[in-house]
Amino acid sequence: MVGGGWPKKPGSNGSNGNGKHRWFGDKRRFPKGTYQITIWILLAAVVMMFVALASSYIFLSGSEQWKPVRIPRTFLISTVLILLSSVTIEKARQRLAVDLRQYARWLFATLLLGFAFVASQLVAWRQLIVEGVYLSSNPHSSFFYLFTGAHGLHLVGGMIALIYLTVRSRRLLFGIEAEKRSAAADAISLYWHFMDGLWIALFLLLWFWN
Amino acid sequence: MGRLLGIVIWGITIASVWMFVSGKWWFPASISEHGGSVDRQFMITIIVVGISFTAAQVGLGWVVWKFRDNADKQRATYSHGNNRLEVVWTVVTAVIFISLGIMGQRVWASLHLHNAPPGSLQVEVVAQQFSWNFHYAGKDNAFGRTDPNLIDDSALNYVGIDETDPNAKDDSVVSTLVIPANRPVELILRSKDVTHSFFVPQLRFKQDLVPGMNIRVHFTANRVGKYELACAELCGMNHYKMKSFMLVLPENEFSELATMPQDKFQARTAELMAKYPLPTY
Amino acid sequence: MAEATHEEVHRHPAPTGFIRKYIFSIDHKVIGIQYILLALAAVLVGMIMSVLMRVNLSWPGTHIKIMETLFPQGAPGGVMTPEFYLSLVTMHGTIMVFFVLTTAPQGGFGNYFLPIQIGADDMAFPYLNMLSFWVTFVGFIVILLAIFAEGNATVGSWFTKLGESWAGGSGTVGPIGGWTGYAPLSALGKIAGPGQGAGVNLWIISVAIFCVGSLLGALNFITTLLNMRAPGMSLMRMPLTCWAWFTTAVLALLSFPVLLGGGILLMLDRMAGTSFFIPGGLYVSGSTVPLHTGGSPLLWQHLFWFFGHPEVYIAIVPGMGATSHILSTFARKPVFGYRAMVFAIFAIGMLGFFVWGHHMFMSGMSPYSAIAFSVLTLSIGVPSAIKTFNWIGTLWGARIRFTTPMLFAIGFVSLFVAGGITGLVLGQTSLDFFFHDTYFVTAHFHLVMGVASIFGMFAATYFWFPKMFGRMMHEGMGKVHFWITFVGVYAIFIPFHAMGLLGMPRRYARFDEYEFLKHSKGLVLFVTIAAIITVIAQLIFYFNFFLSIWKGKKAGDNPWEATSLEWGIPSPPPHDNFAGIVPVVHHGPYEFSVPGAPNDFIMQTDPEGATT
Repeated sequence: MVGGGWPKKPGSNGSNGNGKHRWFGDKRRFPKGTYQITIWILLAAVVMMFVALASSYIFLSGSEQWKPVRIPRTFLISTVLILLSSVTIEKARQRLAVDLRQYARWLFATLLLGFAFVASQLVAWRQLIVEGVYLSSNPHSSFFYLFTGAHGLHLVGGMIALIYLTVRSRRLLFGIEAEKRSAAADAISLYWHFMDGLWIALFLLLWFWN
Repeated sequence: MGRLLGIVIWGITIASVWMFVSGKWWFPASISEHGGSVDRQFMITIIVVGISFTAAQVGLGWVVWKFRDNADKQRATYSHGNNRLEVVWTVVTAVIFISLGIMGQRVWASLHLHNAPPGSLQVEVVAQQFSWNFHYAGKDNAFGRTDPNLIDDSALNYVGIDETDPNAKDDSVVSTLVIPANRPVELILRSKDVTHSFFVPQLRFKQDLVPGMNIRVHFTANRVGKYELACAELCGMNHYKMKSFMLVLPENEFSELATMPQDKFQARTAELMAKYPLPTY
Repeated sequence: MAEATHEEVHRHPAPTGFIRKYIFSIDHKVIGIQYILLALAAVLVGMIMSVLMRVNLSWPGTHIKIMETLFPQGAPGGVMTPEFYLSLVTMHGTIMVFFVLTTAPQGGFGNYFLPIQIGADDMAFPYLNMLSFWVTFVGFIVILLAIFAEGNATVGSWFTKLGESWAGGSGTVGPIGGWTGYAPLSALGKIAGPGQGAGVNLWIISVAIFCVGSLLGALNFITTLLNMRAPGMSLMRMPLTCWAWFTTAVLALLSFPVLLGGGILLMLDRMAGTSFFIPGGLYVSGSTVPLHTGGSPLLWQHLFWFFGHPEVYIAIVPGMGATSHILSTFARKPVFGYRAMVFAIFAIGMLGFFVWGHHMFMSGMSPYSAIAFSVLTLSIGVPSAIKTFNWIGTLWGARIRFTTPMLFAIGFVSLFVAGGITGLVLGQTSLDFFFHDTYFVTAHFHLVMGVASIFGMFAATYFWFPKMFGRMMHEGMGKVHFWITFVGVYAIFIPFHAMGLLGMPRRYARFDEYEFLKHSKGLVLFVTIAAIITVIAQLIFYFNFFLSIWKGKKAGDNPWEATSLEWGIPSPPPHDNFAGIVPVVHHGPYEFSVPGAPNDFIMQTDPEGATT
């Protein structure tokens, strides 16, 4: 575990000249499970917010002024796109240990699908506006824009993380740095899958509960 | 220091208990049928509270007195606890607290889980920033239609009565709540703008008035007199003076009043308001 | 003695330069102190507001020269306007609950001492930690901005330009809807009243920013505690302070997002014409409100209180942890019933999510759900009672050393009992008919959440000050501070119960409109005098705190002869806490007065075989 051959981290203060920054190698200093725990609890917080919004949706669905919006067809395309992106990110994750270039490619594909998803959402919004359905039209339409907007924002957050991974994807890393990257990829892909699942849940809620 | 702390804790305990039992600050006398039950439940609860409070504070004061460190260089008792004691006091506490909890639902259930009895006098209560409006159905016992779009404060149509509705002809809208004694009253509560709350301390009753909702509540007042009505939900700058009165009349005076048209209703109410004094506090 | 098992390992090198060391620091110790300083500033603002409120209530209608000088618009002729009073009520509550009670106990002491007490060199994510403080700080600036946006005509006019819902310069010092911000009063904008324009928008933004800061903090706390404990530091060997910070972080993680959701909905109602909380058919200030329809004011209450109830436990649980820890230390006795204490903290945390409806008994929600909430609420008294018994049990058979932190910890127990016990009254639906929205409620939550929590913070400050600054606070001043404050807070808040018994409603700018309140005058005046004295006495604390940082008597590593890991490292600690050496834990956290041991305390890192 100890020894030379590893690239020195820039600006390291190798205390005894070996450039040892014990990240994952030293379990007590920064254990490997860290990213996993953090992403799960982050997702718990995200769930709570969407549960609050979904509960509000259900609560208000009993009101007289509730006029369900027709779900634009574009949403089906959105769904396909995001499902595909889950597949591509899973492929990227599996390739990481084996072939860095393919890892990078699949990450990039996920990113593109992410962009396409966001674009399809904007197209759907545009369709609604053309039909005269706005954020403030009635409680259901408000939730429509709110759910898709909030989900979209969280997805963009995931995309920023993906961009970070993609930018660093070509670098050859060893040892602790490689472990860190693998853990980060695992965590971010979990987040991504969750965004996919959240989309499905919101979509079903909007479609079936009205 | 331990002795001083013990004494101060006990002193605070005595002063606090005195404040409650002295009688100088207490509920105004109850005037509702359910009020007696509320007061009884409170007495039971406050006795449990008082005993628990006193026991805990006296206990705390005692241990800080008795177990203060002194020069004898003895060590404290090494103990991580006592599981049996934990179980005992947990069970006892749970039984007492949950029993109180269950007992505390009785009056609530009697008022809220049943509809108003048939034959109740119905009054529509419409709250606004910062006054109360009480809408009476008049002789025909039918409320005239109201519509928020017809509300016009400047034209004195505070609750939006539709004048074209024949039922509205004998309706009265006044700013005082007038009800008969010993007859169930059903209030239909709503609000024009923000959330308010209907509170007459002597009634042992409170209910929020929520915009967008028509909330039905009922109670029976059993003491004739004039009582202040206060708003009990922050509603804006003049929340502190969103004041009115509840006038509880003997049945004969009330039935005479109830059949009067609006202007006579108002004038007679003013007379009765002057006739009945507020309780002595 | 910590064993040296590895060579020096630094996760991040020690910072150089003033900015990196004290301003934008990623060191959890510096960040902890920053949170504490933020709380010290916020509590000063909150206290001043409360004194102003008391002055207004005690001498209504009296021309008070200083009020006229300070607030010509808010108190013309020296008499406070009712809206000015209500804005003080709102800002006092908001600033105290968020920027005092939800910063210092968790972000302050938790940040500083959690990593050390579990044997870590820092939090899991130091940069995230720094971010969470500065985000919280920005939130504080925004709430202070609300004071000027409403209170100052010039600043108000800048905001008014932003749009319809941003009208400012009303002369209040912020919104007037209380810290609870009920809709529709908070959703309708300035037509609902002065202060409800820019004041509310800034309030929402401040609270939303605070939610984010809190969430970032919670991520760090939970990850660090679960993943970075030193060898031998099993969960059941953690000090109770760590259990408290852990529970609080979980509560924050799960409740703040709901508040954030509610805040977003409220903002949309105000700015985007949605109607989440605004029903149709409204007639406000002389005209109808045609644009909004279909919303429910009750929805706001559900969302707010689903957050709001866990929030009050967030405010008190760290204090419970600190109290357990400090009581044990100065009683020279293990905590009585450590496992029960852990169980009780969990139970309180979990049950805390199921009782929010007890704030809404009179709201018009289903009376059946009210019954369920009520019974659950009374149940939550049980774990709280367990903790109280165990605190007294810890002191039984003890050898108590009455240092200032110990006095405040004992005070915590007393105040927690006094405040908590009235929960038995308020939790019952039938009794809430009378007591809802009266001063009985105000008495309850100030004692159990406000004052008890502050005592927890004082105890923690006096206890850990030597470790943080390498110097002792002045004991004499500390004791004077304790006595005046302890008697003072009781003098302030016990009479509130009497006011509640009279039926005195909350959030009234004056009490002279109603005959049924006429016997309250003596009480009101008594409370005001007590409050002024108590608030002035806090200056002793501020003086002691800041003076001792530079002039306090130098402190050793372990002036209190305590056992947890922070007392085995220098005061103040080195940059990475354990100087690169990973501590190994062999003992539980409260091994005091162990029979046969050479001293009356065994530190957690003492070698095995030192008995237990």
